[in-house]
Amino acid sequence: MGNIRKYIDKIKPTFSEGGKLSMFRSVFEGFETFLLVPNETSKPKGVHIHDAIDSKRIMIMVVIALMPALLFGMYNVGYQHYLAIGQAAVAGFWSKFWFGFLAVLPKILVTYIVGLGIEFTVAQWKGEEIHEGFLVTGIILPMIVPVDCPLWILAIATAFAVIFAKEIFGGTGMNIVNVALIARAFLFFAYPSKMSGDNVWIRTTDVCGLGEGQVIDGFSGATPLGQIATAPDATAQITDAAGQAISTWDAIAGFIPGSIGETSVIAIALGAILLLCTGIASWKTMLSVFVGGGLTAFLFNIGGIESAAANLPWYEHFIYGGFCFGAVFMATDPVTSARTECGKYIYGFLIGVMAILIRVLNPGYPEGMMLAILLMNVCAPLIDYCVVQSNISKRQKRAIKK
Amino acid sequence: MGLFSKKSKEVFVTPLLGNNPVTMQILGICSALAVTAKLEPALVMGISVTIIVALSNVVISLMRNTIPSRIRIIVQLVVVAALVTIVSQVLKAFAYDVSVQLSVYVGLIITNCILMGRLEAFAMGNSPWDSLLDGLGNGFGYAMILVIVAFIRELLGSGTLLGFTIIPQCAYEAGYLNNGLMLMPPMALIIIGCIIWVQRSKNPEL
Repeated sequence: MGNIRKYIDKIKPTFSEGGKLSMFRSVFEGFETFLLVPNETSKPKGVHIHDAIDSKRIMIMVVIALMPALLFGMYNVGYQHYLAIGQAAVAGFWSKFWFGFLAVLPKILVTYIVGLGIEFTVAQWKGEEIHEGFLVTGIILPMIVPVDCPLWILAIATAFAVIFAKEIFGGTGMNIVNVALIARAFLFFAYPSKMSGDNVWIRTTDVCGLGEGQVIDGFSGATPLGQIATAPDATAQITDAAGQAISTWDAIAGFIPGSIGETSVIAIALGAILLLCTGIASWKTMLSVFVGGGLTAFLFNIGGIESAAANLPWYEHFIYGGFCFGAVFMATDPVTSARTECGKYIYGFLIGVMAILIRVLNPGYPEGMMLAILLMNVCAPLIDYCVVQSNISKRQKRAIKK
Repeated sequence: MGLFSKKSKEVFVTPLLGNNPVTMQILGICSALAVTAKLEPALVMGISVTIIVALSNVVISLMRNTIPSRIRIIVQLVVVAALVTIVSQVLKAFAYDVSVQLSVYVGLIITNCILMGRLEAFAMGNSPWDSLLDGLGNGFGYAMILVIVAFIRELLGSGTLLGFTIIPQCAYEAGYLNNGLMLMPPMALIIIGCIIWVQRSKNPEL
């Protein structure tokens, strides 16, 4: 640490006002505060409170919390591929992980290069500090797309989301809707053939010469939710790529086709524990998403609708698709969720309700989490307003009574 | 006052760039969203609106001193409705395919805010010649935005222009995909937003 500090102090004058590279001051400042906690304290006058943890530390913590899901996602990409070519038993752990690593890494690189490129350009252009918001967006975005999503459309979606969902609203902390989800929604509506259906969730070709092989007979790349949405009768038989039935345990552990980071409930739970222990994500939002989703699914269970999605046991809605990932990492986004404590319950509850409603009632969208969170992002300020207003009128009534 | 005096020129040019009805006054947005998925209907729509605005401006301007002010909206509506009906029938007779594509939006020109706005704001108080220029200017300003939006949407959304394939087949084989979002109305709104952004950052006094 000491060496880094010394080196940064040594090169600092070059980037300061009047220095040779002063035009790149914001870039320098961004890297300095990214590596080390800034040494500045607020002036003794005034009433500022400095939290021990600033927004860069929050972002890093979320990225660390995402790591289990990302690493498992890489392994699962490899596992699903070897399952599709019929070599799941032969291939070892590391060859599966290495395959997934090589398949996922380009996506992470593309989102970071495009997104940070735009952020840095805008910061330089406006003469502001570089915002740290893209740190999390850039890692979440590759985790919520299918593995066969081409890189160039990912780059377009990243650029679109960063410019139109964030920068025009004023940058990090000012966006109304979740940036990563806007990128995903853009992909979903602009390139539906690469974002939904049965052919994008499992990579069947080799990556850099790794994992060559013929796809087995009877291969099906449909996700569990896709199979439920297209099931002809009231109970869906959920199978994996090779046609074997998927047990509940497999689904919880995450050995199912799906977006890269969303499959494993266990890995997401590890991240959730970290976020809750450090107090970064709100347990109120998280809990109420599950309560809302579970309750709605339970009502459909006993409601007597004859479709596979409505008859899926309420707890199984949590383990398929992006429900857990959305509840833990997307719904709790402190910028776009409701800010009032009471509002968080309402916000989370309605996300859960909407997600299950879309899953069950709209066969065109097997997965409703993305649209549910985006919808409630837009409604979050309204929820906050109502909560604040009801509080005001409650206090007024109390005061008048006295 | 000559036919091409400075004022007449200004009346014609201002709505094209500076005071564009779509990007400055944000009028006529619904039709700009609805008919711009393809270039052809957008062109026809732009021409129809230009003709109707120009002619109704002239007619109202000729009658402006005899219209009782209490019923002027009704009179204006009757004139516009008559012209819209004529244009709609002409389209049905000579360009049936396009008129099917435009569907109700030809009839809905009558509710286009640009029309009533120009009649109220300009034709009621100016000479027929100036009113004609004003109508043409506003119509062209509207058509221009429609064509720009439709050009971007058809090129990126369907890979064609006026129905001719522009994006070569080898691009599709290399993995290029048409952007389906471009064919949806929200994208037209975003493109118009971008045009407004460019216009205002080029001309900060707007």
